[in-house]
Amino acid sequence: MASLAVRNLFHDKVRLAVTLTGIIFSVVLVAVQTGLFLGFTTTTSNVIDNSGADFWITSKGVKYIEVGVPFSEKKLYHARAVEGVAEAEKYIVRFGTWKHPDGADLSCEVIGFDPDTPLGAPWRVAEGSVHDLKLPDTVMVDRFYAPKLGVTHLGQTVEIRGARARVVGFTEGIRTFTTAPLVFTSYRNALRYTDIKADQTSYLLVKAAPGVNLETLRATLLHRLNDVDVMTTREFSGKTTSYWMFGTGAGVTVIMAAVLGLLVGVVVVAQTIYAATIDHIREFGTLKAMGATNGYIYRIILQQAVVSAVLGYAVGIALAIAVEVSSKSSGANIVLPPSVRAGLFGTTLLMCISAAMVSINKATTIDPAMVFKG
Amino acid sequence: MPTAIEVRELTKTYTEGATAARALDGVDLDVHAGEVTLLMGPSGSGKTTLVSIMGAILRPTSGSVRIAGRDITRLRERELPAVRLNHIGFVFQGFNLFPTLTAVENVELALKLKKVRGSEARARARALLDDVALSDKYHSYPADLSGGQKQRVAIARALAGQPDIVLADEPTAALDRDSGRTVMRMLHHLAHEKGRAVVIVTHDSRVLEFADRIVKIEDGRVSNVAEWEEQHA
Repeated sequence: MASLAVRNLFHDKVRLAVTLTGIIFSVVLVAVQTGLFLGFTTTTSNVIDNSGADFWITSKGVKYIEVGVPFSEKKLYHARAVEGVAEAEKYIVRFGTWKHPDGADLSCEVIGFDPDTPLGAPWRVAEGSVHDLKLPDTVMVDRFYAPKLGVTHLGQTVEIRGARARVVGFTEGIRTFTTAPLVFTSYRNALRYTDIKADQTSYLLVKAAPGVNLETLRATLLHRLNDVDVMTTREFSGKTTSYWMFGTGAGVTVIMAAVLGLLVGVVVVAQTIYAATIDHIREFGTLKAMGATNGYIYRIILQQAVVSAVLGYAVGIALAIAVEVSSKSSGANIVLPPSVRAGLFGTTLLMCISAAMVSINKATTIDPAMVFKG
Repeated sequence: MPTAIEVRELTKTYTEGATAARALDGVDLDVHAGEVTLLMGPSGSGKTTLVSIMGAILRPTSGSVRIAGRDITRLRERELPAVRLNHIGFVFQGFNLFPTLTAVENVELALKLKKVRGSEARARARALLDDVALSDKYHSYPADLSGGQKQRVAIARALAGQPDIVLADEPTAALDRDSGRTVMRMLHHLAHEKGRAVVIVTHDSRVLEFADRIVKIEDGRVSNVAEWEEQHA
């Protein structure tokens, strides 16, 4: 049986090529759109996810990280006084204006943190050190955005919001959803690069002491600090991602494209497998006359669908990975972790098996007399 | 000779919308082991419908068909493949070989349906092809065989399951005279030497000499049953 299914599949090479093209197209489209979605979700919340904090204290009603409303830094001292708080730090996330060497003004996202603690510090530091940011007028940017910002080397002097800054380090692979490059600097420097007043902060990052019940601590923080929201890192990350993905419609567009890709794949595969089944319908009739059960015929058709799925997936995912790799140096950030690749394999199998169902119905309701026609 | 197939009061009516056409109308027939039975009659007389019902691939409207002591018309749909697999071998006018499989693989496929696999299946398939004088064509694809050779592969395949009954639909229609005679000799041999019940639907008068009995069907009824000797007395 195995050989019959595979032989039939490979017998008509043009049809096989059409089937595989449909599957490959679908796999690449779904993989790229899913990868884009994951890339978007990663970049929208990566500053939050990598902060190392247990809680983010924000002004009331903040929907996403880029729009933190400044509040008094006095709340920092109130937070530090709460039992169970191991560490609390001020944190600035604010858009600033970067002066490109050619004179153009570019929007950037200034991240101000305390370099004496790991809370909110840049991750994936490729060159330089976070400690260098303790010096006045120092910043760290990502290598990917260096050309956009006009940064060519470490030690280069630049201008942010009219203030001098010196590039002392590079991160690698920290992308931003808003396309405004992240600029890491000390909290003190960030006050000069943004419109935050000296006695204000955008956020407070809180690290709980080991063993402390987080819900109890959150309740205490809310009780002691007025007019703020206290969110876990996961909650604030989810809120920010949800805003960018669904509040703006960007994510819906990507999901729709992925679903369309899947539908196109199902239709193409269903059509080609159905046509192949019709071509071999007389053989299925002969098999039934020979005593094959419907289950036997199901297995032949399903085996053809599964072989098509495996071949189409192998080529499709290879192309998608190539796109993922090339995206590292482009504006789009495509992320295809192993779990997504595995999930996509399952989806491809499901797609091909669903497509084969139409053919199975046809093959098992053959007019029996047809085998006697010359 | 023992009765291999016992057909009683068999009717089959095809309905399409408000239109009903009676293809078989009270057919009684006994098919014996060790004999070649020809089913003859004009187009539309009900021959193919009768052989389809005897082959357990079409259900009658009423009546009974007994094979190996069981009335197959009373069996459930899922029980019928086993009847075909264990008792019946089909030979078709158009050969119905699988074009993507070689001659030996075509025969092996029938053995695999009977759960015979691996080297045993390969050896038995070769032996069956040897029996139909195709020892040199094991690895030929159907497209590379003549019509007569294809029909001999089909006979080998039909015999793979060691059926009691062989149902052949116009087995010589697509063959030249010599090939047709070779095929008929093989079917005759199956009946007389192997004790199989061989039923042949045919319009071909050249095959009459190989028949033990000739059953004439007209308008869905058996109009005449005669021994070959009677026909030519």
